[in-house]
Amino acid sequence: MRSATAHEALVAAQSATPFLTARGISRHFGKTQALEGIDLEVGADELLVVLGPTGAGKTTLLRTIAGLERPDTGTLSMGGRDVTGLDPASRDVALVFQNFSLYPRWTVRKNLEFPLRAPGRKLPEAEIRRRIEWAAQLLSITRHLERDASRLSGGEMQRVAIGRAIVRRPRLFLMDEPLTNLDAKLREALRVELVQLRRQLATPMVFVTHDQAEALSMADRIVVLSEGRVLQAGTPREIYERPVSPVVALQLGQPAINLLRVRCEDGHWLSADRTPLLRAEARGPAERILGIRPEHIALDGDDGASEGVVRIVEYIGPSTTLVIDWAGERVHVVVPRQATLRPGDRVRPRIAAAHALLFAPEARAGALHLAANVLAGRESPCRPDPSCASQPPTKEMP
Amino acid sequence: MSFLRLERLEKTYADGTRAVQGIDFAAEQGELVVLLGPSGCGKTTTLRMIAGLEIATGGVISLGGRDITRFRPSQRDIGMVFQFYALYPHLRVRDNIAFPLRAAGLAAAEIENRVQVVAAQMGLERLLALYPKQLSGGDQQKVSLARAIVRRPAVFLMDEPLGTLDADQRLAMRELIRAEQLASKVTTIYVTHDQEEAMSLADRIVVMSQGRIRQVGTPAEVYDQPADLFVAMFVGSPGMNFIRCQVVSRNGKPQLLSEQGQVSFDVPFELAARAPTTPSALLGIRCEHVHEDPSGAIVGRVLTEEYLGSARIVHVDTPCGRLLVRAGAGSARALRSELRLRLDAAQLSVFDGATEARL
Repeated sequence: MRSATAHEALVAAQSATPFLTARGISRHFGKTQALEGIDLEVGADELLVVLGPTGAGKTTLLRTIAGLERPDTGTLSMGGRDVTGLDPASRDVALVFQNFSLYPRWTVRKNLEFPLRAPGRKLPEAEIRRRIEWAAQLLSITRHLERDASRLSGGEMQRVAIGRAIVRRPRLFLMDEPLTNLDAKLREALRVELVQLRRQLATPMVFVTHDQAEALSMADRIVVLSEGRVLQAGTPREIYERPVSPVVALQLGQPAINLLRVRCEDGHWLSADRTPLLRAEARGPAERILGIRPEHIALDGDDGASEGVVRIVEYIGPSTTLVIDWAGERVHVVVPRQATLRPGDRVRPRIAAAHALLFAPEARAGALHLAANVLAGRESPCRPDPSCASQPPTKEMP
Repeated sequence: MSFLRLERLEKTYADGTRAVQGIDFAAEQGELVVLLGPSGCGKTTTLRMIAGLEIATGGVISLGGRDITRFRPSQRDIGMVFQFYALYPHLRVRDNIAFPLRAAGLAAAEIENRVQVVAAQMGLERLLALYPKQLSGGDQQKVSLARAIVRRPAVFLMDEPLGTLDADQRLAMRELIRAEQLASKVTTIYVTHDQEEAMSLADRIVVMSQGRIRQVGTPAEVYDQPADLFVAMFVGSPGMNFIRCQVVSRNGKPQLLSEQGQVSFDVPFELAARAPTTPSALLGIRCEHVHEDPSGAIVGRVLTEEYLGSARIVHVDTPCGRLLVRAGAGSARALRSELRLRLDAAQLSVFDGATEARL
């Protein structure tokens, strides 16, 4: 059963009165349509992740929200007020970039003070000092306050950059891949820190990334962006379990979801080499794209089931990833850790029917190149067709 | 006799920086060894000494029984791959693959022959006359790997070759490298800071930190029996959970009592025999071996949760510190809700509180 956390419930309640609302935002540069009719909402205490590959329009969207770009059409409102025509300074938002953009010869303290000493702010000295101590403590950089920024490690620099955003107490945080340039280990740690920090501050955040693990683990909700359009918006769980298209399905999960071209015959979905993969309730000749995540293929097929050959065994901590040639396809399977399988071994894969997704093979412009890598010329992207699912894809495995 | 052997290898720079401080390891013929560690640990310097791009200030490198420590790079029969750069868009696949051979000044017939061999091996024959933009993303990756390996040296050295690729490309390329390496059996030394990449690729992993080797072992050995605290934290995503404890005796049996919260843990018999150098010890356990259990001894509250799609990492505040728990994808826990945890006693690691070495 799916159950919502208290936080999810809270976010759901707040989405009735979102802090940020974007309606029909479009923006082009020359002949390139960077954003096309973007609608999105950010709740008052919500972390919204905008996920998409390079060139999807993520950064343009973020800059538009910040006021650094003007949309050609569409409106933006914050806190119930139209801000479409406002300049960046009047929007009271804070932006953090991928490259830390600190002043290297200034001390950490001076870097943190900078946004508070902006002309027109006129904060009392005591207040400036208080805010810096507060931010430094939250981010565990107090002991670095008097150091030059250039002497910090990458992780410390990004903490300072985040600190510079929070000392302003903005109404909205905008983060443009802030963890991308850091070591894997550090990214992992900062991911959690950022989520907790944001919750403490109870300030909404839009976080842009191309990293699916960041999106899944950090987001209250995710907006999947591709070629300037929103393909799907929902909680990480909704998008992971019920993606609306193969293109969206490929955006989340590592290794990526398996996509197999199937046709319906004699009550089964058959692979291209006519291996029966799944019982079908649909009648007559029908073609679909079958999507199945690697963790939803088990190796306990019965004796009659078709065999696959293990090609690669990747040992990664609690689980083992296998690349298996099966049913005329190359599939990824993730099983609980096991130490016996070797390349060349024969196995009988079984697809967990409750988790199988069926997509109609219907071409849709604007997403072609994305799916092309994985589908390797087999099929164009498509949209889901719940009517032909063998079972509803929302059911949990027993 | 090992194929590639490093003995007491050292590199001290003119300014006194001791980048590599006497390391020993050996790679067997056909083996893929990954040097893993954070930036500044000496892994790239080690690789560059094997390549001959840096000269060792101490120790010996031997290849096939020959001392090559002072050989020029070109005399070593070692190929260095830095990164899988983008293909040259104006060159056909054939000429992209041939590029390093032409640069090395090989004869035309030899170049043609080698390109054919590598193309056949990787299934690229039909693509040789095409331009990169006519290829799918997957085929482009194959071509860039083909270009990297066409030289066929005795040893390949790869320095974070996937660094510039997107996550999904990285994964595909990783599998390609593994498949090619298994097929070609060229001894490969691969440098990365990404522990997952190391785990998935390596026959054996050499974990480095601060110019020294912390552990050499198979991915399973390094993951299950980390030699010290550093390895336990660096390997695994997330790293191991730790509880700092005092070693006490109860009814004649040694026990660990957590410094925070005073929770006691039984120590496996064989560990009790190996007394730590101080009365303190660190209890280590991986998040997949911490279980939610109504009869568990540790009571905690959910601090936050990371959804990963196929699983969740639940961060739990407990009297003995924060513990991370790996749970199924099934149902999310409410923040701040209470739960009880049990540590799988068979999966405990114990480290010396002072030396941080595994007991």
